[in-house]
Amino acid sequence: MNILVCISKAPDTTSKITFKNKNTAFNEDGVQFIVNPYDEWYALVRALELKEAQGGKVTIVSVGGADVEPVMRKALAIGADEAARIDANPTDAFQVASEIATYCSQNSFDLILVGKETIDYNGSQVGGMLAAIVDLPFVSNVSKLEVSDGKAQVERDKQGGNEVAELNLPCVISSAKGMAEQRIPNMRGIMAARTKPLTVIPSANPETLTEITAFTLPPEKGSVKLIDPDNMEELVNLLHNEAKVI
Amino acid sequence: MKVLVFADSSNGKVAKSAFEAVTYGKKIADQSGGSQTTISYGQLEDSELDELASYGSGEILHYSGDTEMDPLRLAKLVSGVATDQGYEVIVFSHDYTGKSIAPMTAAKLRAGLVTGAIDYPKTDGGFTVKKAVFSGKAFAEVKINSTIKVISLLPNSISKEKNGATKNVSAISPDLGAHSVNVVEFKAKGGEGINLTEAELVVSAGRGLKGPENWGMIEELASELGAATACSRPVADIGWRPHHEHVGQTGIAIRPNLYIAVGISGAIQHLAGVNGSKVIVVVNTDSEAPFFTAADYGVVGDAFEVIPKLLDALKAHNAAQA
Ligand SMILES: Cc1cc2nc3c(=O)[nH]c(=O)nc-3n(C[C@H](O)[C@H](O)[C@H](O)COP(=O)(O)OP(=O)(O)OC[C@H]3O[C@@H](n4cnc5c(N)ncnc54)[C@H](O)[C@@H]3O)c2cc1C
Ligand SMILES: Nc1ncnc2c1ncn2[C@@H]1O[C@H](COP(=O)(O)O)[C@@H](O)[C@H]1O
Repeated sequence: MNILVCISKAPDTTSKITFKNKNTAFNEDGVQFIVNPYDEWYALVRALELKEAQGGKVTIVSVGGADVEPVMRKALAIGADEAARIDANPTDAFQVASEIATYCSQNSFDLILVGKETIDYNGSQVGGMLAAIVDLPFVSNVSKLEVSDGKAQVERDKQGGNEVAELNLPCVISSAKGMAEQRIPNMRGIMAARTKPLTVIPSANPETLTEITAFTLPPEKGSVKLIDPDNMEELVNLLHNEAKVI
Repeated sequence: MKVLVFADSSNGKVAKSAFEAVTYGKKIADQSGGSQTTISYGQLEDSELDELASYGSGEILHYSGDTEMDPLRLAKLVSGVATDQGYEVIVFSHDYTGKSIAPMTAAKLRAGLVTGAIDYPKTDGGFTVKKAVFSGKAFAEVKINSTIKVISLLPNSISKEKNGATKNVSAISPDLGAHSVNVVEFKAKGGEGINLTEAELVVSAGRGLKGPENWGMIEELASELGAATACSRPVADIGWRPHHEHVGQTGIAIRPNLYIAVGISGAIQHLAGVNGSKVIVVVNTDSEAPFFTAADYGVVGDAFEVIPKLLDALKAHNAAQA
């Protein structure tokens, strides 16, 4: 089975978020980048498990400049077979999806996995857009994935529960917690990753449809109001009369 | 502007978030001197359609051919109607259904999409929508440059408002091609509890509770409040609580009116999923716990003493209100 995993870089979860250029751009100075957790922990690891069980190949693709190569090497160290970097500066989900769609139409994949969202721009867009452009079935927020007989059996999150469903391959699936367990790369993997193929592909220069015009930080919280642990009547009173939430 | 709002439903019930989306779409139409139409699917009783109509213009396009959420077909449904009838703004809810269909619909229409909108669009000099980014650590103004604009509204961001419109339902039955998803079974989450993503009040607990056997008081507090229960990640990972209760950066993100955090330290990854809550109450033995800096009300104390007292005070309050 030929599996494609779409990988995005994301700031480490503990990063302090600041902006530059009059609050129009994210300030990357001093920020440590990681593989977007949903792409790494769930999509990539599940792809590797499926390959280990059924044979095949796992390719990773990322749309980005040379600065994404370190996180792509990390994904190769975890076990992906090869990597493709589409050389473009990602600014819009439609642009990213279009780039990956062009790559998909020039290659043939049985299964395309994305993360449920990136933890920086929290889009949840690229997977569904990609599926629509290449006209493949799509399900989002999948927490269990099996593949057999040319079909994907999934459990997708739904309001109030999980839905068990089946769809034909090829298809696009967005991955959520539950699909797999995080894997830590070992020394052998890290050494092997250095020589695995990482191809750079020129951009197809698709259009962008959106742009971020400004960032703002949330207002500082006023300082916490402390309540005597023996006076829970006061807390109830404040929640009712002051905060008006109960 | 001509606004089309997609209203999700399942098992014959319209989703609560759909009422918010319809309210939102109606207001955009009113402010721009346009019109609003709702598109719904599934098997819906008249009473459900009445309710749905009352938040919008009353105009509903209903497709009863599908009852399951098949993203490819529903995206064809919405994009087809949008193209045929010239809708300029399309609104979804940013829930599981919206996360599947909105991006597909937007791509089919070559329309820019903002997911998780938290406010009405600004239309002076463009069309700009505000959303949370970096898991709630910041906000972005996103400008949509395409002719058609697609927005998915974060649940609980605006309050739904009825305007007394009467319904005018037109049945539609476009050809949507083959089914792409075959639904086998729905597994309801354990318990009759309140759905966490839609809950207005949430009681959450962490490792400070020491073990799963101590959650009785948390559940009792939640039930007295009419709240949903949630937990921190390690608690779900070690199996004290079910995975679907895990909130935070890698769990689900919620923004209830009230979030009560008991025995949770307030790590940045936990805060990322809850910092959109309107009011936060923290109960923790450690006055240095980082959660206190994000809290509105704090109780420095032992949960095993504080929670039973809070429960008593709440019962007395509810009895007095009744
Ligand atoms: C990439 C990444 C992603 C993550 N994603 C998430 C996420 O989505 N959600 C999440 O929750 N975490 C997440 N984490 C984990 C996070 O960093 C914290 O480790 C976790 O939130 C801590 O859980 P906790 O507060 O329950 O436990 P602890 O940190 O152990 O805190 C327990 C708290 O209980 C207090 N306490 C102890 N006894 C009592 C008592 N009797 N009464 C009252 N208080 C008491 C203690 O003072 C302490 O503050 C993530 C971590 C990483 C690295
Ligand atoms: N620049 C990118 N290159 C490759 N894949 C990406 C990129 N951005 C996002 N993705 C994939 O799309 C998923 C959803 O991203 P988003 O729509 O931005 O939240 C991510 O989890 C990745 O799997």
